[in-house]
Amino acid sequence: MRIRVWGCRGSIAAPGADTVRYGGNTSCVEVRLDDGTVLILDAGTGARALGLALLEDPPPRIDLLLTHLHVDHVEGLGAFEPIWRSETVLHIWGPASPIAALDDRLATYFSPPLFPLTLAEVPARCEYHDAPDGEWRIGDTTLVSNPILHPGSTVGYRIEADGAVLAYLTDHEPGLGTDLVSTPPEWISGFALAHRADLLLHDCQYTDEEYETRFGFGHSSVSHAATFAERAEVDRLLTFHHDPMHTDPELESIRDGVLERWRVEPERCGIATEGVETGVTR
Amino acid sequence: MGEPAQRNLVLILARSFASRLATAMFLVDAEGTVIYFNEAAERLLGQRFVEGAGMRVEEYTKLFEPTTPEGERIRPLETPIGLAVSRREPAHAELTLRGADDVVRPIAATAFPLLAHAGETVGAIAIFWERSEGD
Repeated sequence: MRIRVWGCRGSIAAPGADTVRYGGNTSCVEVRLDDGTVLILDAGTGARALGLALLEDPPPRIDLLLTHLHVDHVEGLGAFEPIWRSETVLHIWGPASPIAALDDRLATYFSPPLFPLTLAEVPARCEYHDAPDGEWRIGDTTLVSNPILHPGSTVGYRIEADGAVLAYLTDHEPGLGTDLVSTPPEWISGFALAHRADLLLHDCQYTDEEYETRFGFGHSSVSHAATFAERAEVDRLLTFHHDPMHTDPELESIRDGVLERWRVEPERCGIATEGVETGVTR
Repeated sequence: MGEPAQRNLVLILARSFASRLATAMFLVDAEGTVIYFNEAAERLLGQRFVEGAGMRVEEYTKLFEPTTPEGERIRPLETPIGLAVSRREPAHAELTLRGADDVVRPIAATAFPLLAHAGETVGAIAIFWERSEGD
């Protein structure tokens, strides 16, 4: 299994000289499995460049796994070139809602006046699915999705393939009202998704000082991310959902802060970086 | 996949909420197993949570000899939390409980099932309100 980060910024795209090292596009991660399966995690603004890259050798099927429908996770869909090709088969998965189907909720963004066209006008063959609460499969790939703690209906994903495990919990505040150090694992949001993952992409948006004024916003502090990674016994962590106000040096300071709390070899904790590809191995 | 059991997020939030409330709150899972009650509920029941954790709600409720205000015994599954679990509907009642500390307390109990987004019932919650002489 290999992943390539096409966007890892949180909340809103933040291009510019201050963010050029780690990138300014919002959440989008390409996952390539050994059997050729293509999974995409979220469709933030990073999906634009990913879409162009996929056209060079179009896969027979694309599965887009949306964690939730906040705009920074779906705003790249309209610029994702494969959806404008009738030969594309696109399966879109996202969190269930008691109110409306996934395509109806997605259409809130993907329709006038916020977008010039409607989902019904998309030429690609799109199928919409509620991500099950539990284990499911795409081909030979085992996935697990569970609701996780973030405002609105949000899920995290666990992908088990090619003998390795990838966990993706990009917008997540497991420390809200919970002492992550002492709470039994079964009572920690997202724990089972991340448990002993070979690679965890996890929200690390705020410094501990910033978190004091952003309680309940749905994102993690440095201490939360470090403690969560330690409790879940993950092999590697990439900090993700970088705050749009944070510069490259500030992201490095945040990573250093994680390592001060999660006392592991430095190579086990990195910063999600746009354009960087990495293998996920056991 | 051999991963540890994970509580549904609704239960995680309910437990977190209850743990910060001074209102007595009692939480069971969809099978009717006692999975949490807070310190205020511990005071009303005269018992620590660890002593009731993992018991079936009907067995646990029986320990507190629930009765109507008129003194008639209430069967465990006819209490509000029993009804919320067995019939999956909200319920309310005035009743008395004899705590493990042997104190009989009049309480108002309200219980309701917890439905997650996918529509499944993941448990039930009960709120206890101790009645005082003036109520």
